[in-house]
Amino acid sequence: MSTFLQQLVNGLSVGSIYALIALGYTMVYGTLGLINFAHGEVFMIGCYIGLYSALWLGYDAAAAASFSPMSATLVLLLAMAGAAIVGMLIERFAYRPLRGATRLAPLITAIGVSLLLQNVAVLAFSANPRSFPSIITEHRIEFGGVTITNIKLFIFAVSFLLMLALEFFVKKTWTGRAMRAISFNLPAAKLMGVPADRVISLTFAIGSALAAAGGILFGLDQTKLEPLMGNMIGLKAFIAAVLGGIGNIRGAAIGGVLIGVAELMTAGYISSDYRDAITFVILIVILLFRPQGLLGVVRQEKV
Amino acid sequence: MTRFSAARRLLLLSSMSLALVAASGCKPKAGGEGEGSGAQSGPLVIGAFLSLTGSKADFGIKTQQGALLAIDEANAAGGVGGRPVKLVILDDQGTADEAGNAVTRLIDVEKASAIMGEVSSSLSLVGGRIAQRRGIPMVSPSSTNTQVTEIGNFVFRTCFIDPFQGEVMATFAKEKQGFTRIAVIKDVRNDYSIGLAKSFIETFTKNGGTIVAEESYNEGDTDFSAQLTKIKALDAQALFVPGYYTEVGNLAKNSRRLGLNVPLLGGDGWESPKLREIGGDDIVGSFYSNHFAPDNANEKSSAFIATYTKRWNEPPTALATLGYDATALIIDAMRRAKGEPTPAAIRDALEATKAFPAITGAVTFDANRNPVKPAVVLKVTASGDKFVTEIQPAGAVPAAPAAPAAPAAPVAAGSGAAAAPAAGSGSGAAK
Repeated sequence: MSTFLQQLVNGLSVGSIYALIALGYTMVYGTLGLINFAHGEVFMIGCYIGLYSALWLGYDAAAAASFSPMSATLVLLLAMAGAAIVGMLIERFAYRPLRGATRLAPLITAIGVSLLLQNVAVLAFSANPRSFPSIITEHRIEFGGVTITNIKLFIFAVSFLLMLALEFFVKKTWTGRAMRAISFNLPAAKLMGVPADRVISLTFAIGSALAAAGGILFGLDQTKLEPLMGNMIGLKAFIAAVLGGIGNIRGAAIGGVLIGVAELMTAGYISSDYRDAITFVILIVILLFRPQGLLGVVRQEKV
Repeated sequence: MTRFSAARRLLLLSSMSLALVAASGCKPKAGGEGEGSGAQSGPLVIGAFLSLTGSKADFGIKTQQGALLAIDEANAAGGVGGRPVKLVILDDQGTADEAGNAVTRLIDVEKASAIMGEVSSSLSLVGGRIAQRRGIPMVSPSSTNTQVTEIGNFVFRTCFIDPFQGEVMATFAKEKQGFTRIAVIKDVRNDYSIGLAKSFIETFTKNGGTIVAEESYNEGDTDFSAQLTKIKALDAQALFVPGYYTEVGNLAKNSRRLGLNVPLLGGDGWESPKLREIGGDDIVGSFYSNHFAPDNANEKSSAFIATYTKRWNEPPTALATLGYDATALIIDAMRRAKGEPTPAAIRDALEATKAFPAITGAVTFDANRNPVKPAVVLKVTASGDKFVTEIQPAGAVPAAPAAPAAPAAPVAAGSGAAAAPAAGSGSGAAK
């Protein structure tokens, strides 16, 4: 039983990071109908910004415990801000010139941007793995045979709060309403005076900031970063978004957690060989039987 | 319409480049024999392909440092028959595609008469096949997978092979540490890791140990909690993780976090300062097998350590030492080659190597062009990796290895077990 609970906790922690990244995919898809394949790389860049801002704020591996919670928060905020800027730049220079082109053009561009960022990161940060600074000192808590760390609890808390904040933002604020209007009908929203470009830019910024938050949480938990780390995680988060119903924010959150748990349960109870495979099996099954995703709704195309 | 023309242009381009590749592939083959005699007075070129960038860059950079030192020493000693030796190093970025390109370029463009590389077995397999086909001798400094030298008679290595490394750690775990229950976690997409895991499991179970679980991961994974949670419930005394330093540090961290406080055991893929950097204190207390331990030095190796440290401002790693050994061995073969040091003559000289005094132990090749050498076991401590013990190869002298195994073997079954690995390596040699 304790083994099962431990696997569940592990799965939830992996899943919450998938969920944070999935939000970015789903938001961009929701507003533009574009799958931003460079999103996994934004996650990676967020992680590196976190590393460098921690060093800039005077992080010293020998005296890690003396790094103040204040600075740790600042690292998180800097990474989120930096990634937001990267996200906006990607939108401005790679996707905006292609607005109105066929749907395939921005998709291919997204793959190009993803490869570009990966290779720039290899040049800039070197391909050697780096260790993420332990800006929060890890404590292990034993709880009825289940070991959990304060960092895992922190991951749950931060992901949950960020998702709540996003839900509130999209549902209750003027900008959120503008986003929904754009997702519903871009030309009509423009005619109603919605500053579409600015709102789309903001969508990228928010999605990227969430990915960076995911990056920091991931770095804290797994402590290793490398330029290609966004590849697989980005793919899995994308599948999480599809599973939940792409374009649906709650769906992305639920999809992320489900994928995380499914992976860990497969590795724990079937075979670790199938850990990655299960995610893709889920993708195929969902596309075959419920292509709109768990929480997605089928939108009728008017002829 | 535009799409069509773009596609056609692409087709045209790719067929043109194909034709180019084919042409460049053919040309030197025709001129190959003439080439060697034409460049008699110029420098002799040793080509090296190594991962200088990419996630295993640390392997390539260290090997390169050792190789450069060997070249400098050879040239200071007058080169080969008055001709200087030049080392041309190409970066393969740790990928199979680039490794293939690099070796082809070393042969065609740089006119290398011998090739040194790679560290990763998967890449040596790619490069070795090309070298064999083109008739250029290749010495891998540190690829331990058996298949590497099975490619053909032009491929050599200066390190021991995977089955031996797995045996060493299995013997160490059982005899020296007294472990009886071990879980294995291997990198399922890596030939090296699979090879070590296989021979470890064979030797360990043969000696009466139990493998409680056999789990796997993929290169690049960062989360190992599922595998480790499963293992924790199985009461393992140690984990055998024959992977690369890029994942092992994290795996150690994951295991401690789940309250699984047993030592990790591994192979030479662990050796890198990054292991401690990523694994932190959680990797301390673990053991791995390696080719060389600086604190187990003899007279010759102490001299090498001093020169190397002076040149590069850091002590040599096993990979650096093997890089030095492989390059020095090639130069030695060039000097011993009969007549002109052509690729074929160098190959013959390499095959005839008898007790070449390498830093990592004397090199004499067996029938399969693998050196018969001992391995060392090191312990990861807070102040660096420390030498623990040296384990001799079972196949070196057939009579000797039975002795250490004998006390643990109560009945005839034990001697049967001791004989088996020798038979195994025999059939390997026949292949």
